[in-house]
Amino acid sequence: MADQATFADQAMPLMSSLYGGALRMTRNPADADDLVQETYLRAYRGFGGFTEGTNLKAWMYRILTNTYINAYRAKQRRPEESELAEVEDLYLYKRLGGLEAASLGRSAEDELMDTFSEAEVKAAVEALPETFRMAVLLADVEGFSYKEIAEILDIPIGTVMSRLHRGRKALQKGLFDYAVTHGLADHPDPDPQPVTAAPAPEH
Amino acid sequence: MADCNKTLQELYQFLDGQLTDGDRAHIAHHLDECSPCLEAFDFEAELRAVIRNRCTDTVPESLRQRIAQAIEAEG
Repeated sequence: MADQATFADQAMPLMSSLYGGALRMTRNPADADDLVQETYLRAYRGFGGFTEGTNLKAWMYRILTNTYINAYRAKQRRPEESELAEVEDLYLYKRLGGLEAASLGRSAEDELMDTFSEAEVKAAVEALPETFRMAVLLADVEGFSYKEIAEILDIPIGTVMSRLHRGRKALQKGLFDYAVTHGLADHPDPDPQPVTAAPAPEH
Repeated sequence: MADCNKTLQELYQFLDGQLTDGDRAHIAHHLDECSPCLEAFDFEAELRAVIRNRCTDTVPESLRQRIAQAIEAEG
């Protein structure tokens, strides 16, 4: 059983992570402030139920998620899962994968950092329907394992995997639309050639 | 190469660190020998790093203080 006196020392350093998650979920700084504060209060009151040595960030994310669902989701029109378009695998790679090959010595990461601004990446994440957004945030931004995400969201691991699979593809589609506005890519090509820009290394 | 489809299917589980050691070694071996698959893996890994780097936010000092005070008030 965790000692309430140690709560602040353990939990306060996690606030940046939780605040980012709250912003992506509420899409509104005032609501994010309230959500994070409510999460910390509930966590403090329930800290006796936290088992020392287990993952405090995961435990607090579970509280944040439940608080969000109860308090904020009711206010918003909930996009249905069916609104998520089917997107092919490796959507972005097939369209932008040749970028780094075009400028020698630069990594895909450098190119992608130049291509997508902070505001665009955040907007693309926030555009995902809520259930997919949560899964993608927890995995790709926060680095939780499938098992931890399953526990945070109270869903089976198979559901975590399918939400991640569809959510990541939809995120790539959203990012690609920004690349188009930058003139880095033409209008979405329904049937692009697979990118095999770099020749195979010679052995 | 025969393994490309299976490798690409397991791309995310590989990047997510969710494969068994055996499956992981199998894919790593394939990537050593197949540069198209390696390129796709690298792209996805680097895209994820970009998403993570871009999704950072600074907590307003006023919120930190508000929460510290609220916890203190709980006693």
